[in-house]
Amino acid sequence: MITASAVCKRYAEGREALKDVSFDIADGDFAYITGRSGAGKTTLFRLFAAIERPSSGGIVVNGQNLAALGRKAVPYLRRNIGLVFQDQKLLFDRNALANVLLPLSIVGLPAREAERRALAALDKVGLLDRAKAMPVALSGGEQQRLAIARAVVNRPSLLLADEPTANLDTDSATDILGIFRAFHQVGVTVVVATHDPQALADVKPRVLRLDSGRLLSDSPLGAAPPSAGGLATGGAAR
Amino acid sequence: MSIWFGQHRAALVDAVRRLASSPLNSALSLLVIGIALALPAAGWLAIDNLRAAVGNVAQIQQISVFLTTDASARDIADIEKRLRSSGIGRFRFVPRDEALKHLQAREGMADLVAGLPRNPLPDAFVVDAENATPVALEEAARTFADWPKVEHVQLDSAWVRRFDAFLRIARLAVGLLGALFAAGLAAITFNTIRLQILAHAAEIEVARLIGAGDDFVRRPFQYYGALQGMLGGLLAVGMVAGGGALLAGPAGELATLYGGSFALRGPSPLEIGALAGGGALLGWLGAQVSVALHLRRFG
Ligand SMILES: Nc1ncnc2c1ncn2[C@@H]1O[C@H](COP(=O)(O)OP(=O)(O)OP(=O)(O)O)[C@@H](O)[C@H]1O
Ligand SMILES: [Mg+2]
Repeated sequence: MITASAVCKRYAEGREALKDVSFDIADGDFAYITGRSGAGKTTLFRLFAAIERPSSGGIVVNGQNLAALGRKAVPYLRRNIGLVFQDQKLLFDRNALANVLLPLSIVGLPAREAERRALAALDKVGLLDRAKAMPVALSGGEQQRLAIARAVVNRPSLLLADEPTANLDTDSATDILGIFRAFHQVGVTVVVATHDPQALADVKPRVLRLDSGRLLSDSPLGAAPPSAGGLATGGAAR
Repeated sequence: MSIWFGQHRAALVDAVRRLASSPLNSALSLLVIGIALALPAAGWLAIDNLRAAVGNVAQIQQISVFLTTDASARDIADIEKRLRSSGIGRFRFVPRDEALKHLQAREGMADLVAGLPRNPLPDAFVVDAENATPVALEEAARTFADWPKVEHVQLDSAWVRRFDAFLRIARLAVGLLGALFAAGLAAITFNTIRLQILAHAAEIEVARLIGAGDDFVRRPFQYYGALQGMLGGLLAVGMVAGGGALLAGPAGELATLYGGSFALRGPSPLEIGALAGGGALLGWLGAQVSVALHLRRFG
């Protein structure tokens, strides 16, 4: 589903956000990516969604080699990925329902079917009764759940959530993590970037630990072996 | 196909909503576009009306053929036959006595005519040329002049030519004006769309991030530009028709003063369609360029 091999990302100012990062996340996996602020979590997500291109190394997402992905193909890649942004990127000029409708209008779903699906997505995150509310009228946790509803409404096979529980109280964070587990249960591959200890105290979670752009450790759940590279060969690929 | 249709409809609805969401701005843009299109349209109609009005005044199509004073009845019959076979139009013989009576009837001429020892006027034919261009008229006049017993042929062709040249210049001017204002319209749309893109930057950014392609982002702006141009065109029609309605009364009066009857023509359905369609096309064009230029920064 996601394969990163010797990925390096250097931003324009020369700052290295990722250094020789390699790992696999298989279909149906649930993985956490953790690391302190600035470790490169968001950068990794931006690479997965082809918002940024790696400076070197290869990334394959949903069977597509992002290095060779043409500009025209990028939108199609993104439509199959549910993205929950760290800053949520809700549209504050329209209500919750309209926010969730946006991905559906992009794929051109007929209005009636779109509304049905959007309401179902809001229901899944427990926001059905807030469908007509404007985002400013939602609490932080509700806004987060709205962002998740928008990410899943197109029924993506891959869900990427960047710090979805940041700034939330323990109960709200538990709710949100519960939502992700529910999606995982029905077969969605879920990758959550977080430094929430509660999340990491999960039952035998797979945790990819980043530090200053390097993959420090990968504790796989089940049989998937830690990918080569990572710790041992950090930086050797360059 | 139905997805395609649905997406276009959604983009159109979106464009209408965006136009309606800032009514004052939209109204001002429409007014500017309306005026820009109304000016050349009014010029075009004015020329057309002028041409029609002048066409009603028959004299300019008239050729007078004066015979020599010694022309006999047989000569007259001969010329009449030639005129008939030339097929130039209706003509009328004006005998010299009749011409003299006409002259006498004129104010202050009676005494003068009475003082003449004999009728100095020649017999003449007055030809009303039908559907003749100024060039054809002149050619006909030259032909008549070569006929026997024809002393002089008079054609008010200088007037016709001048009027024709004036029309040509006026048409050219209107055309230039039209091209200028068309460019202006596209430029106005270009700027409106630039502001629209800025106003919708957040939406565009998010849509891009979650998988919107170029078409999805561009379409509402293209519709916006086309819609604004079309509405501006229709507003121009309204302005021109309104102006025409105000002028219709005085123009009719003027025409009766010249002994003609003349109804000012308003924009035809074809012209209304051309204004609305042309406005839409130019608006779309301006939007297209603006979108291509300003959406680049959204990757
Ligand atoms: N657009 C950018 N241009 C330049 N440098 C950037 C850019 N985005 C991120 N960086 C740098 O790359 C490094 C990794 O940033 P990133 O946002 O991936 O960290 P993060 O792990 O998501 O941190 P946080 O937990 O604070 O969200 C940081 O040092 C950051 O300053
Ligand atoms: Mg981050």
